[in-house]
Amino acid sequence: MLALWIILGIIVLLLLFFIAMYNGLVGLRNQVKNAWAQIDVQLKRRYDLIPNLVETVKGYAKHEREVFENVTQARSAAQQVVSSGPAARAQAEGGLSQALGRLFAVAEAYPDLKANQNFLALQEELTSTENKISFSRQFYNDTVLRFNNQTQMFPSNIIAGMAGFKAAEFFEVTVPEEKNPPKVSFT
Amino acid sequence: MWEQIKSNRFRSAVLVVFMGILLLAIGFVIGEYFLRSYLGGLAIAGVVWAIMSLIAFFQGDSILLGVSGARKISKSDNPVLFNVVEEISIASGLPKIPDVYIINDPALNAFSTGRDPNKATVAITSGLLEKLNRDELQGVMAHEIGHIKNRDVLLMSISAVMLGAIVILSWYATRVMFWGGGRRSDRRDSGGGGAQAILMILGLVLLILAPIFAQLIYLATSRKREYLADASSALYTRYPEGLASALEKLGASSVQVKAANQATAPMYIINPFGKKRAINDWMSTHPPIAERVRILRAMGGNSYADYEKAYGLSHKGQGIVPKSALSNG
Repeated sequence: MLALWIILGIIVLLLLFFIAMYNGLVGLRNQVKNAWAQIDVQLKRRYDLIPNLVETVKGYAKHEREVFENVTQARSAAQQVVSSGPAARAQAEGGLSQALGRLFAVAEAYPDLKANQNFLALQEELTSTENKISFSRQFYNDTVLRFNNQTQMFPSNIIAGMAGFKAAEFFEVTVPEEKNPPKVSFT
Repeated sequence: MWEQIKSNRFRSAVLVVFMGILLLAIGFVIGEYFLRSYLGGLAIAGVVWAIMSLIAFFQGDSILLGVSGARKISKSDNPVLFNVVEEISIASGLPKIPDVYIINDPALNAFSTGRDPNKATVAITSGLLEKLNRDELQGVMAHEIGHIKNRDVLLMSISAVMLGAIVILSWYATRVMFWGGGRRSDRRDSGGGGAQAILMILGLVLLILAPIFAQLIYLATSRKREYLADASSALYTRYPEGLASALEKLGASSVQVKAANQATAPMYIINPFGKKRAINDWMSTHPPIAERVRILRAMGGNSYADYEKAYGLSHKGQGIVPKSALSNG
């Protein structure tokens, strides 16, 4: 009789253990999703800021048409892959960062532009948005690392395998120039 | 890497329980001495503690912000400060961006409050805001958000309330004992003899030592949390130099924060009283600035493990970051 109770107790304990582990995995997967959504918010913010910036710079530097076109093109290229996975997006966004870097480098040559309040405000917004993009990417990658560790390490990998949890994809920078981000601070 | 909170909770529980025992011991002595029943003393201690806790819990933020004369700002008031706070909130994964306050004070300091990450506040003096560049501001704000993320505000206010209750109770009890001469003399069973006298002296010793002891625990905890918030700052910004150079600027200034007092001191980024008050390292709420800068500059990377290593260099290999935080990073 006693043996039966002990076995029953062990089964219940194991069950509770499995439930806790499963819930932990679900929680982490949701955190990954949430972190990804954060990156998305910031990338959208950057798309929204760009037309304004281009207009402001155009007013002072009409002859730099190529630079403007590059930025506009990179922006629409990035917007086209909005619903794809991290790898494709990272590449497109890297291209956009690069084009923006060039635009700010060009702006450097126009003192009137650099004194423009509107431009300065836009510049601060874009600098901050770039920071937010990299911070949210940093947080996303940390969360993915934790999630992937849980899905691959014993004993939670058993649950992950049974419940079909797949390792999440890192948001990695693929464009070489993005690894040394262009300096967009003119202070 | 993000799991430090769990082990913090255990450590905090130990600290709070220990201070709670001290508080109960004081209640016990007071009860025995004045009321002839320890239960009455325990009740007094409990009531004092409960009232102070309630005030701290519901009014703590507004008292701290009110006393320091802080003014809430919106994005248009100072876009850079606002953006920096947003950036670090994202980096730390805070669920909600904290309210941002500016204190009109030439002194250089900053603090954070809020008992849980959903309802937090960061504040900075206008003096500091003027002195720092963007990277340094990021380091300072990351330190403050580190406090919020590590739940230091909650821990430090709970222990500050305990400390306050202990200090108040033992202060009044010892004064009344000295001035009133004690009501013990007219007790029926005053012929208890030597054993009772010894107990009385022990009680008195406890009343005198408990506040000192509680204060030392409190200060040691506060310093530990400062180191940990520095480590969090390096982790969030991935740039320890920002905070290091900000701390150097803070250290070079000797202006005191006008509205600070002993109770609110641990909330600030550096000791708001300046150098004069920090007579000894272990009598201070904050570790020495030079030491904090040295650790940040000695970091090989930006993780908690790197901070741990740098800290160990000058502390005989001792640790500061909780084990669970290290294993996850």
